[in-house]
Amino acid sequence: MKLWRDEFSIEAAHERYVARRQFGKFLVLTSFGMFVGNLWILVKSYLRKDEVFPRTLVARASDVAKGGVKLFTYPGPHDPCILFHTHSDRYVAYSQKCTHLSCAVIPAADGKRIECPCHHGFFSIDDGRVLQGPPPRPLPRILLEQRGDELWAFGVDLGNNPATDSGVRG
Amino acid sequence: MSDERQTARGLTALDGAISLIAILLIVQMWLLTATLEAFLAGYYETATPGAILSGVLFAASFGLYRFIDRIDRSARRGPP
Repeated sequence: MKLWRDEFSIEAAHERYVARRQFGKFLVLTSFGMFVGNLWILVKSYLRKDEVFPRTLVARASDVAKGGVKLFTYPGPHDPCILFHTHSDRYVAYSQKCTHLSCAVIPAADGKRIECPCHHGFFSIDDGRVLQGPPPRPLPRILLEQRGDELWAFGVDLGNNPATDSGVRG
Repeated sequence: MSDERQTARGLTALDGAISLIAILLIVQMWLLTATLEAFLAGYYETATPGAILSGVLFAASFGLYRFIDRIDRSARRGPP
């Protein structure tokens, strides 16, 4: 049977069948588009290159008092981060973008947590894990090392491995 | 069974199949956005199960479309 006979109903009573079949075809083509999108993500994830992080001086340890914070950017100039000198005398740093909707996180009033003021998400100051609220993932941790009085950043840990200790003792 | 009643039953079957396809499509849209969100956040391990599940959902949608086509064929063009 010719294509035009498939796509156009000759009898008026069949028009509803054609309309439904064509709508079904549209939905299935959209479904195919979604599948292609997922395949594209899969290919991109296989072809990705491991990011090389620079070593960057973040701060002088003596400049950040216990309980204090310092803002910096890492690894690029548009990646805001926050350095904490915790009450347990450790230096830890995290990306300042909340993993929920990228609001800037700040130290909570109790000094033991990190707070996202937009939707009241809370993260642990020790390892960046989510304690409360809508954030779906931990805060990316900035890997630090101490050289004398200087604190240097040398990488970013997305929080996949909770055993990693990214902070340095004060 | 009268032609009119048979037509109505056929349309009900088509509507049911289209509704199922629409539900599968909504799940697939959610899956794509969730996978993309995780990918952009640097979590690449969700890409493979996301693609497999999306493929399964597409195959199910395509199977339902074949069902729609078959009903349409038998109603309008006679048996294959």
